Amino acid sequence: MINVKDLTKTYDNNARGIREVSFNIEKGEIVGFLGPNGAGKTTTMRILTCFMPATSGSATIAGHDVFEESLKVRSKVGYLPETVPLYTDMQVPVYLTFVAGVKGVPWKKIKGAVGEVMEQVGLTHMAHKFIGELSKGYRQRVGLAQALINDPEVLILDEPTIGLDPQQILEIRSLIKGLAGTRTIILSSHILPEVSMVCNMVIIIDEGRIKAMDTPENLTAQLSKSNRVMARIAGQHGAILSELQKMHGVKRVDTLGIGSEGGTSKFSIEFEDASQFSHLVARLAGERKWDLYELTPMKMSLEEIFIRIVTEEEMKK
Amino acid sequence: MRNFIFILLKEMRSYFYSPVAFVVITIFSVLTGYYFYNMFANFSTISFQAQTDPMIASQYGVLNVTEFVIRPFFGVLSVVMLIMLPMLTMRVFSEEKKTGTIELLLTYPVQDIEAVLGKFAGCMGIFTIMLLLSFPCMLLVAFFGDPEWGVIISGYVGLLLMGGAFIALGVFMSTLTENQIIAAVLSFASLLILYMVGATAAFVGEVMGRVLEYISILSHLDTFAKGVLDTSDVMYYLLFTIFFLFLSMRSLESKRWRA
Ligand SMILES: Nc1ncnc2c1ncn2[C@@H]1O[C@H](COP(=O)(O)OP(=O)(O)OP(=O)(O)O)[C@@H](O)[C@H]1O
Ligand SMILES: [Mg+2]
Repeated sequence: MINVKDLTKTYDNNARGIREVSFNIEKGEIVGFLGPNGAGKTTTMRILTCFMPATSGSATIAGHDVFEESLKVRSKVGYLPETVPLYTDMQVPVYLTFVAGVKGVPWKKIKGAVGEVMEQVGLTHMAHKFIGELSKGYRQRVGLAQALINDPEVLILDEPTIGLDPQQILEIRSLIKGLAGTRTIILSSHILPEVSMVCNMVIIIDEGRIKAMDTPENLTAQLSKSNRVMARIAGQHGAILSELQKMHGVKRVDTLGIGSEGGTSKFSIEFEDASQFSHLVARLAGERKWDLYELTPMKMSLEEIFIRIVTEEEMKK
Repeated sequence: MRNFIFILLKEMRSYFYSPVAFVVITIFSVLTGYYFYNMFANFSTISFQAQTDPMIASQYGVLNVTEFVIRPFFGVLSVVMLIMLPMLTMRVFSEEKKTGTIELLLTYPVQDIEAVLGKFAGCMGIFTIMLLLSFPCMLLVAFFGDPEWGVIISGYVGLLLMGGAFIALGVFMSTLTENQIIAAVLSFASLLILYMVGATAAFVGEVMGRVLEYISILSHLDTFAKGVLDTSDVMYYLLFTIFFLFLSMRSLESKRWRA
C-alpha cells in the first residue's frame, strides 16, 4: 500500500531531515512511528502527504507516486499535521463542510458526513463554536475530523492523541483501531504503550534513519530475550559478586542494591547468550549455600528497547 | 470547478468574519463618496454661476456632467483602489503560510489553479461589492442631471478589469511571503511604479514613451472613461491579470516542489 524507497530529504540550510528511509506497509496495517524529537517523523509524513518534495528517493501510495501523481495520492490520504493548523474564524460544521467539499465528498452526502464525523470524534456539542474558541484538545478533535471526513484509504496522523484528556485518548485509540482493517494508518507518537497497544508494526527512527522495524511483540521478544536476570541473595556482597562474575557465560554483573531488605543484595546478571540462564544462578547459590530470595528474568519494556536502540547508536560513535 | 467554488465561498466568508472587509469597504466608500461630493458640489456651483454670468459660461464652454463629474470620479476611484486593494489581497496566501493552514490546503486534492483562482475570485467578490456601493453616486447624478450611460457602463467595466489586474498582482505578492505587511508593501509599490511610468513617458523620447505609455496601468483606463471599449485596453488588463495569476501558480508549485 505504501512503499518508500531510499527517501532522503535535506533542508535548505543543509540540516538533515531524513536519510535513505525505506519501508513497505501493507494494506490494513497500523504502523507506529517512534523516535526522539527531531528524528524525522514529521519530515517523512510531510513527504508522504505531498506537502514537501523529497531530495531523492521515491514513495508511492496505493501505486501512485507522490511526486508524479500527487493529486491522486492526496485524494486517498487523510492527514493530521502535528501543529493542527485550522481556520480559526470558522465554526466547526462550516469548516468541516469546506473540507468535505474540497475533498470531493458528493454534494448530497456532505451534510451527513459532517454530522457523522463530529459524532465520531465527540464534537457534536461544540457545533456552534468558532474553532478559535476551542481548547487544544477540541482542536485536536477537529483536526482528526477533517482527516477522517472523506473516509480515506490511508490515514497519516502526526501525534494524534497529544493534548487529549485520558478518556478521549482511550476513545481515539479505539477509534483508530476500529478504522483499521480496510484502511492503512501511519501514526507517530512519543507514548510507547500507545504504539504497542494500537499498532501492529513499529518503525523506530532516529537522526533521520530507520533503526528498527518490526511488530511490537517481535521487537520486545527479540531485544529482551531475557539475557538478564535479577537475583536477590543474602550474604557477604563482595564475595557473592566475584563468584557471580566468575560464572560461565556471564557478561557483566551489576549491583542494584546492597544490604537492603534484611541483609540481602540485589544483582543484575547479564549473560552473553540470550537463552535462559536463571537456573545456573540457582545452582550456584545451592552449591555455595547462599540464601536465594528472588530470581527473576528481566524483561525490557518497549521504552527500554527504544532507549537502547537510540543510545546504542550514540555509544558506537 | 467544485473546489474553486468551495474555496471562493470560504474566502468571501473569512473576509466578512474578520474586520477586513468591513474596514476596507467602509473606507473605500467614505473616500470615494467624499470626493464625489466635492466634485458634484463644485459642478453645481459652476453651473449656477454660468447661468447668471456669461463670462464664466464662456470660460468653461459647454457644461457637461459626464465631463465634469463622472470622468474625474473614475480617476479618483482608480487611485483609491490602488491604495485599498493591496490591503485586501495581502492576506490570501501569507496568512495561510503564517498560521500553517497551507499545509492542509496543499495536501487536499486541490489543484494549484483552483486555489489561486478561488482566492482571486474571493477578492474580486469583495471588490465588486465595493464598486457597487459607489454606484448610488451615479444615480444621484442621473437624478439631477443627464449623464451619458454609455460612459458610466464602460467606466465600470474598465474599473472592474483594472481591479482584477491589481488583485492578481496582490495575490502573487502574497504567495511570496508569510508576512502580510511585506505582501501589501510589495503590491502597493509595484502598482505605484506601474502607475507612475505613464508620467515619465512625456520626456523619454517617442518610442520609449509609447512603451511606457502602454505599460502604465492607468493610461488604459482613459478610453473606458471616454465610453469606448477598446480591445487593446481590455486585452492589456486581461493579460496583466492572467500573467500574475500564472506567476502565483508557479510560485505555489515551486513551494511544493522545491527540493
Ligand atoms: N522547515 C525546516 N527547515 C529546516 N530544518 C528542518 C525543517 N523542518 C525540520 N527540520 C529538521 O529536520 C529534522 C527532523 O525534523 P522533524 O520535524 O521531521 O522531526 P520529528 O521526528 O517530527 O520531531 P518531533 O518529535 O519533535 O516532532 C530536525 O533536525 C529538524 O531540525
Ligand atoms: Mg514531529
